[in-house]
Amino acid sequence: MESLVARAGWWLAALLFAVFMFANALDTGFAVHMAIFALAALAGLVISLRKTDYKLAAAGIKLPTDQSRYDDDLVRAGVILTTFWGCVGFLVGLVIALQLSFPALNLGFEYTTFGRLRPLHTSAVIFAFGGTALIATSFYIVQRTCRARLAFPALARFVFWGYQLFIVLAATGYVLGVTQGKEYAEPEWYVDLWLTLVWVAYLVVFVGTIVKRTEPHIYVANWFFLSFILTVAMLHLVNNVNLPVSVFGSLSYPLWAGVQGALVQWWYGHNAVGFFLTAGFLAMMYYFVPKQAERPVYSYRLSIVHFWALIFLYIWAGPHHLHYTALPDWAQTLGMVFSVMLWMPSWGGMINGLMTLNGAWDKVRTDPIIRMMVMSIAFYGMSTFEGPMMSIKSVNSLSHYTDWTIGHVHSGALGWNGMITFSAIYFLAPRLWGRTRMYSQRMINWHFWLATIGIVFYAASMWVAGVTQGLMWREYGADNYLVNSFAETVAALHPMYLARAFGGILYLSGALIMAWNVWQTVAGNLRQEEPLRQPAYDPAADRPLVAVPAE
Amino acid sequence: MTGHSTYETLRHFADSWGLAMMVIAFVGLAAWPFRPSARQDNEAAANMIFAEDSLGGDDNGE
Repeated sequence: MESLVARAGWWLAALLFAVFMFANALDTGFAVHMAIFALAALAGLVISLRKTDYKLAAAGIKLPTDQSRYDDDLVRAGVILTTFWGCVGFLVGLVIALQLSFPALNLGFEYTTFGRLRPLHTSAVIFAFGGTALIATSFYIVQRTCRARLAFPALARFVFWGYQLFIVLAATGYVLGVTQGKEYAEPEWYVDLWLTLVWVAYLVVFVGTIVKRTEPHIYVANWFFLSFILTVAMLHLVNNVNLPVSVFGSLSYPLWAGVQGALVQWWYGHNAVGFFLTAGFLAMMYYFVPKQAERPVYSYRLSIVHFWALIFLYIWAGPHHLHYTALPDWAQTLGMVFSVMLWMPSWGGMINGLMTLNGAWDKVRTDPIIRMMVMSIAFYGMSTFEGPMMSIKSVNSLSHYTDWTIGHVHSGALGWNGMITFSAIYFLAPRLWGRTRMYSQRMINWHFWLATIGIVFYAASMWVAGVTQGLMWREYGADNYLVNSFAETVAALHPMYLARAFGGILYLSGALIMAWNVWQTVAGNLRQEEPLRQPAYDPAADRPLVAVPAE
Repeated sequence: MTGHSTYETLRHFADSWGLAMMVIAFVGLAAWPFRPSARQDNEAAANMIFAEDSLGGDDNGE
C-alpha cells in the first residue's frame, strides 16, 4: 500500500512539475510540449491507480512474477506500434515527395511546408518505426537468447512508453518549428534530456537481462544490440551538448561551433547510420534469419569478426560527409579511407546472412518471409557497396548535395531496414498472439513485390536525378560561366521526382497491406487461401497399373 | 599547456601508440574465435537459439 501511494505521489509530482513549466513557458512550442508531458504524467497516474488490485494491496500481498515465462507485453505493443509508425512515416514521405513535384501541396501554412515535414518523415521512419522495432525485437531476442525473463519489468515499461513519448515530442516539435537544425538530432535540449533518461534505463534493462542469463554464452545478436545501445548513448550525449537560453524556453545553443560543430554533427550522423540503422538491425538479422530458415548462422566466427570490424571502422567514417569543406584535408581523407575499408566487414556480414540459407535456397521460393529477408540482406550489400563508393572524394564531388545521396539513403532504409523489420514483424506476430501463421501468406508476397518494385523506382529515379543534377551544376561554358541556373536543374528533375513519388505509393501500399495482415492476425483470423506452393497431384494418375491382356 | 601543444600531443599519440593499441586490440579480438579450442563453443553458440522454444511465451495476449 505504501509503495502504491509513493508511486501515485511520483506521478502527481511529475504532473505538477509539467504544469508549472507549462505556466512559465516563454514560447508556444515549449508550452505545447510541457502540456504533452503533463498529459503523459496524468495518463501514467490514472493507469497506475486503475491497474492496482486494491484487495491485494490492502492485505499487503505481492504476487510473485512467474520467472518461467517470457515478458512479451511490450513486444506485442511494439509490433503494433512499429506497424503504425511505419505507415505514418511512409505516408509523410509520400506527401513530401509529392510536395517536391507539386509545390502547391505545401498548402501555404507554416506547419505543412516541406521544411517542417521533412524531419517529421526522417524521424518517423528512423526513430519511430526503426526505434520501436529495435526496442521490441531487442526485448524479444535478449530474453530468448539468455533464456531469462526480462529484468526490471517496471523500468522496461518506462523505456518503451518513455520512448514513445519522445517520438510524440519530437514529431510535434518539428511541426511547430522547435528544432536544433541538426540532421537526425533535431529535438531540442529538454527532449534530449528526456531521451537520455530513457536510454540509460534501456541500457540497465538490457544489461540486467544479460546478467541474469542462464545460457553461458552471450549470443552474437546481443553483442550487436549492446553496441547499438552504448554507442547511441555516447553519440547522443556528445552531439547534444547545448546550453538553453532559458529553462522555460525551447531555444538552446550548441557548445561546439564552426567546423568542430560540423564534424561532431556528422560523427554523430554517420554513426547513427552505423549503430542505429546497421548494428541494431544486424542483431535482428543474426536472430530472425537463422530462426526462419531453421538453420544456424553460416559462420559464427565470421559474425564475431563482422562485429569487431564494424565497431573499429564505423566510428571513423563520419568526415566523409564533409568533403571539400573547411574540415582539414587529413580528416577528410581519414573518413574516406575508413569508409572504403568498411566495405569488407559489410560484405562479410552480407555473405554470412545469405549463406545461412545454404542448402535451404528452395525456401526463397516457398516462404515469402525468407524471400523478404534475402531481399533485405541483398539491399544491405548493395547500399554498403554504394556508400563507400560515394565516400571517395572524386565520386563525392559529383554526388554530394544531389539526389543521389537521397537515393542511397533510401536503398538502405527502405531495402535493408524496412524489409528486415517487415520480416521480423511477420515472424513475431503469429508467435506473440499464439496463431499458427500470419492471416495471409499471399499478402506477405504482395507486400514483398510492392516494396521491391517501389524501391527500384525510388533508387533508379534518384540515381538519374542525382547524376543529372551533379553534371548540370558543374557544367561550364566557353566563357567560364556556369551554364545552368538552379531553376533549370529543378525543371530537369521533375519527371524523376514523379517516378520517385510513384515508388513511394507502391512502398506505402505494401505497408498498408502489412497493417491489415497484422490486424487480422491479432484478431485471430486465418485467410482461406491457396498455399504459395503445393507439390503436383494428379488424381487420374493416382491408381494402380493394371496390365492390359494382349488381344 | 597551450591549445596548440595539446593538439600536437594528441595527434602524435593518435598516430603512434593509440594506433598501435587499436590495431592490436582489433587483431586480438577478431582472432579470438579462431583459436582451435573455440570450435565447439562457436557451434554451441550458433545452435543455442533452436533450443529455446520449450520454454514458451507468456499468456499469448489472450
